[in-house]
Amino acid sequence: MHTAEPIEKVEGPSKVTEIRRFRVFRYKRGDAESHYDEFDVPVGPRASVLDALRWIEVHRDPTLAIRHSCFHASCGTCGLRVNGREGLGCVTFVRDLGTTITVEPEANIPILADLVLDMREFYARFPEQHPVMRASEFLPRAVPPDGMDGYERFEDCIECGLCLSACPIAATTDEYVGPAALAAAQRLVEEPRGADTVDILRWADQPDAVWRCHAAFECTEACPAGVYPAERIMDMRGVLVEGGPRRRAPVRTAAHEGARP
Amino acid sequence: MASDARDAHVLIVGGGGTGGALAHDLTLRGVRVTLVERGEFTSGTTGRHHGLLHSGARYAVGDKESAVECIEENMILRRIAPGSFEENDGLFVAVTDEDMAYHDDFVRSCKECGIPVQELRPDEALRLEPLLNPELKAAVRVPDATMDAMRMPLRFFATAQYNGAELFNYMEVVDLILSNGGVGGAMVHDRVTNEQRQIRADITINATGPWSERIAAMASVDVPIRPSPGVLLALRGRLCNMVVNRMHRSGDGDIVVPQRALSIVGTSSWTVEDPDDLDVPDDHIEKMYEEGAKLIPAVRQAGFRAAWSAARPLIGSRGDADTGRELSRTFKTFDHAETDGVEGFVTITGGKATTLRGMAQLCADVVCRKLGIDAECRTRDTILLPHTAFYAATR
Repeated sequence: MHTAEPIEKVEGPSKVTEIRRFRVFRYKRGDAESHYDEFDVPVGPRASVLDALRWIEVHRDPTLAIRHSCFHASCGTCGLRVNGREGLGCVTFVRDLGTTITVEPEANIPILADLVLDMREFYARFPEQHPVMRASEFLPRAVPPDGMDGYERFEDCIECGLCLSACPIAATTDEYVGPAALAAAQRLVEEPRGADTVDILRWADQPDAVWRCHAAFECTEACPAGVYPAERIMDMRGVLVEGGPRRRAPVRTAAHEGARP
Repeated sequence: MASDARDAHVLIVGGGGTGGALAHDLTLRGVRVTLVERGEFTSGTTGRHHGLLHSGARYAVGDKESAVECIEENMILRRIAPGSFEENDGLFVAVTDEDMAYHDDFVRSCKECGIPVQELRPDEALRLEPLLNPELKAAVRVPDATMDAMRMPLRFFATAQYNGAELFNYMEVVDLILSNGGVGGAMVHDRVTNEQRQIRADITINATGPWSERIAAMASVDVPIRPSPGVLLALRGRLCNMVVNRMHRSGDGDIVVPQRALSIVGTSSWTVEDPDDLDVPDDHIEKMYEEGAKLIPAVRQAGFRAAWSAARPLIGSRGDADTGRELSRTFKTFDHAETDGVEGFVTITGGKATTLRGMAQLCADVVCRKLGIDAECRTRDTILLPHTAFYAATR
């Protein structure tokens, strides 16, 4: 089980207690360049950055384009940079931020409009057999009902793009496949479910794949879903070094030394 | 009207589960489809739900029509969307004498609706779900499942797009085009370019869920929809692998749904005028903790992740209901030529995520009849593309 933190006792957003200033990145197709618009937003103690953006959309500027769906960190659509840090808008709380809050789209993924990304390029990075389901590892004491081999659950990765946005290597090159895709590949190697792991390892064993990472661990820091992409990349290197599809020594750089935290 | 029925163009307003399933259904029948959604697909109500694939058991006693719809669609969706469900089943758990008084009626009603049930003793239920309230008196296993509330519906969008439907997100309908006593399409504002344009269509379908009333008003038509929000609470940690439901009449906080490494507790119910401005009242969140803990005591200790509201589109007239609980979860298509004398305009609403395909079939039947297209529904047997295909195709 995964229950470490105590209940957070907080007040409702219906009680507006203060005004915060939001600087919001704006860009529409055809614009010569992007700019920032400022909005004063009434917020309560439990307001999230997504709540504030929705308030702007409903009450101030209906042309503001934002992405959201689930409102509870399960769909991954509201990935943003808030005051320069990657986070999901729905669980980034205004009370933890300053009086002026700058909201920008994720980096390293093309922008469609305002805070909305064109996710096609993000998905193009993934290996073809993209894992969705896995065996459930929680509640190990539970015995599945008769007629069921085992419980199953969805993969942790919510395809939000925050790891790619935070990655310093992805900022310098479009060629690097990036942490999300490599983490997905490593999950397949770990739990193949019929997939051809030789193919996946070959895909990962490329200069622009697993060996391009410089182990900055920014991706793991940014991940809101506990995927730990950097650790997964290191695990994948371990598999490749110890006996992947073909034995080979990795290209050694200074950054590879002491890659494990 | 297009001279050849095969050239007919249908405009769907609303990119939730219903709109996506409808685009898929009509495209398979050979109709040219354009869909517009003002935000991201599934951003209105669909993506915000707790991710339950209903067995129908929740409605078996009080709303048999919905219960039967649910079990039928449950089985169809498992077949056409493999890999989109945690097929871990669900438990209905009785924790009080009052719940036990409901037990026999519940089991009998499920059987009448064709919902498979397995009655379990408390020790058997605890073996399946060790964190259940140890004071439970009985449990019934039913074929509930869970889904990713966005990615399962996205498979309908992916398949429709692959088959030629044109799907536009960030495109908001600002007005309907009215001509000759009917609706001839819509004026849209493109949030990507900040430009407006007209989309002409032979039939315009209002699939905007709790926003149906607002779109219908653009054609001076009234649809009996009550936006009925509910509060949901996401807790850190997976407290169960099966869906855990309270065995009693629908009430607040009577379900815990495992979702990735989270547990979702839902939900409450009230009615509002404006589905854009949803509150998340404190007392509703507290109610989720209180009632959820009666099913799984660890709800009280679990870490908070998020609390939010989602607006259901329930069918019912103003004044019919205060809380929304009294309203049926079934769905309905309104052909406004019949109900209001307005040609070329259809509203599909009500229902729930589990019944999205069935809702689409019913509405597409009406639309095809109006267009003079004789084509069978093929969505029962068409396996959907994976959600990732939605991002692969060129738009």
